[in-house]
Amino acid sequence: MNAMLAFLRRVANLCRKELLVILKDPASRVLLFVPALLQSLMFGYAATLDLREAPYALLDQDHGPAAVQLIANVEGSGVFRRVATLHNENDIAPIVDAGKVLFVLHIAPRFEQRLSAGETTPVQLILDARNSTTAGTASGYLGAIVSRFNADWRQSHGGGTSPLTVDVRAWYNPNLETRWFMMSSMIAVLSMLQTLMLTALSVAREREQGTFDQLLVTPCTPAEIMIGKSVPSIFVGLVQSTLVLLIATLWFHIPLAGSLVTLYIGLLVFTVACVGIGLAISALAVNMQQAMLYTFVLMMPLVLLSGMTTPVANMPIAMQWLTTINPARYAIHLVQRVYLEGVGLGTVIGDIVPLLIIAAVTLPFSAWLFRHRLV
Amino acid sequence: MNTPVALVAQGVGKRFVIKKAGRTVVALDDVSIEVKSAALTALVGPDGAGKTTLLRLAAGLMVADTGTMTVLGIDAATDPQAIQNRISYMPQRFGLYDDLSVQENLDLYADLHGVPQDVRGKRYQRLMEMTDLGRFTSRPAGKLSGGMKQKLGLACTLVRSPELLLLDEPTVGVDPLSRRELWEILEQLVGEENLSVLVSTSYMDEAARCAHVAILHDGKVLAQGTPESIRDTAEDLCFAVTPPADEAPRHLQARLLDDDDTVDAVPRGGKVHFVRTRATVEQGDPDLARVLGASRAEPMPPTLEDGFMLALRSKVQRDLSSAAAVATSTSTSKPASAKTDQSVIEVKDLVRTFGDFTAVDRTSFSVSRGEIFGLLGPNGAGKTTTFRMLCGLLPASSGTLRVAGHDLRKARAHARQQIGYVSQKFALYGNLTVDENLTFFGGAYGLSGTRLRERMAAVKSQFELDDAGHAQAGLLPGGFKQRLAMATGLLHAPDILFLDEPTSGADPLARREFWRRITALAEAGTTVVITTHFMEEAEYCDRVVIQDAGKVLALGTPAEIRRQAGETDARTFDMEQAFIGIVEQNRKASRGGAREAA
Repeated sequence: MNAMLAFLRRVANLCRKELLVILKDPASRVLLFVPALLQSLMFGYAATLDLREAPYALLDQDHGPAAVQLIANVEGSGVFRRVATLHNENDIAPIVDAGKVLFVLHIAPRFEQRLSAGETTPVQLILDARNSTTAGTASGYLGAIVSRFNADWRQSHGGGTSPLTVDVRAWYNPNLETRWFMMSSMIAVLSMLQTLMLTALSVAREREQGTFDQLLVTPCTPAEIMIGKSVPSIFVGLVQSTLVLLIATLWFHIPLAGSLVTLYIGLLVFTVACVGIGLAISALAVNMQQAMLYTFVLMMPLVLLSGMTTPVANMPIAMQWLTTINPARYAIHLVQRVYLEGVGLGTVIGDIVPLLIIAAVTLPFSAWLFRHRLV
Repeated sequence: MNTPVALVAQGVGKRFVIKKAGRTVVALDDVSIEVKSAALTALVGPDGAGKTTLLRLAAGLMVADTGTMTVLGIDAATDPQAIQNRISYMPQRFGLYDDLSVQENLDLYADLHGVPQDVRGKRYQRLMEMTDLGRFTSRPAGKLSGGMKQKLGLACTLVRSPELLLLDEPTVGVDPLSRRELWEILEQLVGEENLSVLVSTSYMDEAARCAHVAILHDGKVLAQGTPESIRDTAEDLCFAVTPPADEAPRHLQARLLDDDDTVDAVPRGGKVHFVRTRATVEQGDPDLARVLGASRAEPMPPTLEDGFMLALRSKVQRDLSSAAAVATSTSTSKPASAKTDQSVIEVKDLVRTFGDFTAVDRTSFSVSRGEIFGLLGPNGAGKTTTFRMLCGLLPASSGTLRVAGHDLRKARAHARQQIGYVSQKFALYGNLTVDENLTFFGGAYGLSGTRLRERMAAVKSQFELDDAGHAQAGLLPGGFKQRLAMATGLLHAPDILFLDEPTSGADPLARREFWRRITALAEAGTTVVITTHFMEEAEYCDRVVIQDAGKVLALGTPAEIRRQAGETDARTFDMEQAFIGIVEQNRKASRGGAREAA
């Protein structure tokens, strides 16, 4: 009992020192809030895959009423803005090459004539697919516009209604805004980056300044020192998540569908797993420079293989395997389900269990590293 | 080509505003000195006296606020580049590239200084000969010992032939053997190339080798002249006394230091060498007999250090005795009977290997309670490794290690409760305040509540930190930092205090004060284990061990060590000579052995 109490007192003492060191340094105080603030605003506004006013050029060689109707549909969508009107096919290549337009819509001569004859009438779409994502999105939008045009045409020209129509209801993100998806991912990813950096650097900094030796000669055990390093980092990670969460709900008005308790249980488990990785880095790194380097090298794959920018299901099988050991993958999935869908703890258990397993591996592993490298 | 004077400083002043601490520091105040051509000039003085600032002004790296600095006939304020083209400056931490080899470092500095290819070969050869680094040209600089690094730094500074060489404490942290080699190089350069040298140092024996010495204190020149003229100010004031057989020299030294009329007292060669104030001596020194007791004092010729201490004492009235008195009364509750035969540290057949390199080779010794035990050895001799194993910072490869009755392999946490540790460089949390550091480390040792407050108050008054409680530890001046480190190490009243080169880079005055505290601690029953590069400090130790290449070369009292080095009644050694003698004997023997084996 007494030993337990002494243990807790020592750990509390270590935690208090750690927080003091973080909070008293003006530079690290700024680092706690400013990047979280800036990055979530930046991702919220800039990192969007939605098309708005995408520039396009028109080559209309028919000029019939049907063509005019189609063009009106395209321009009325608000998604595309015509920046050039071409007069012959030779103009297409230069304007696409110059990157002035995302695509050229080519309506061939005899468009109206063929339509009226009931023939299959092609509309040519020349896409600048250097950015395949936006090109794909644009093509998707145009496809939808053309389908609508088809349906209208049949109805007004006695062709009857289309046998099949797609009626889209986008659940959890009714307007299909990338921001909703991005911001909810950021709640997990941003805190991961900060937690990793903080834990990785904290031990390296102490080693560089010699305070680690001073710490090791005290009766504190390596386990206590590790806990004393982890708890403040976990705390800071959760504060970061909270910050992004506040910006998402209050600034961007993305409605929180699920319960905060579920969300925080998930985030806590995730942050613990991240601290495990950060501590392992700090045990391996000799100085701050190395710790920083290792963290940066790890960050890229952690973010890429998380499903934040590209769906995991689209990756090659080997990469998909790799994502299973990436805590960010589970955390993003978890946060999105809780935040946007509003599912309960029982549903996200499939994300929490892998996170617990990752934490159960990384924490003892970094403890082992500590013992074998230092003491 | 050479003017008779290489550097003239006239009424130079420089002040710094420290924004964080919100105060202005006067680094130099109306300093006038001259550096003669083709000679060595030494700058000595306590920490923060302004030595580095003066050197940086001379190098044209900063501009003086007042006065003029003329280097090689050029005004440093108007044309620093012209000066920099003709001088070389070696700062305290010279910028060697650890991952580059010795040769690559040399090439780099030769390129930087635009040394033409055709002169390089000859110059390199000469530098390598002088520094004896020729065998290591392909070794990375990071893998050199401290002394070799300094020699390489000097070689890089000298890749071109400067007219004036500025050196900022080039021998800090360098062992006596390497130190002697460095000075031989300097003297050779002055003799052969007519080089002018301005060097700052905290070693008085180094200053004594110079043609001209300037003592700086608080930014002012306290005294300057030839070493002889400074030395002679202490003429007739110096004495030596042999303590009675049952008293350690340091006890008698402490008594002498506590007397108001003593300028300085140091244990030296089994005796205590001391300096009295001139006023007292002229009055026939009535108090001396009372302080000395049964022992008799004999007059001694003065040394440069005596003159230096006399000059400093005229300005600094630091009361050593009060600090020491507090130390004895509050430090620990252990019996004041000091030394007993009960051993608190036992080391048997201790071995530590790194890969196939044996850093410590079958080392055995024991330390008794209340003893001051010194670990000495050249750079890379294995003393730091031994020290780290004793503190439990490094596991031993084999052998037994008992500290304060606990086996370090099994009961590490228990053993640690009994030890205090003060590392070489400042190793406390720089952005926490003094009180926050003390509170944290107190908590780490299980102190809390009233007990913690009592101990904090005790160590703060013991180390004169009472007013510094809310000051940020990282912004404290050097001397305060060291006192804070000591206070932290003693907060939990440990049985054993480990000190790793605590006096490295400190001036004689600060070292006296430091040792006065240490002897008071030992008197109160705390065992002290210490490493040092100042061989004269071995005189304060009850026993010392000298290591080289991982092996114990000598173990015993300072007197025993001197006898082992070959001291006879006719030929007396100081500790430095004894140390150099023992290490060289051994190196010669092992080299001879290796040759026979081959």
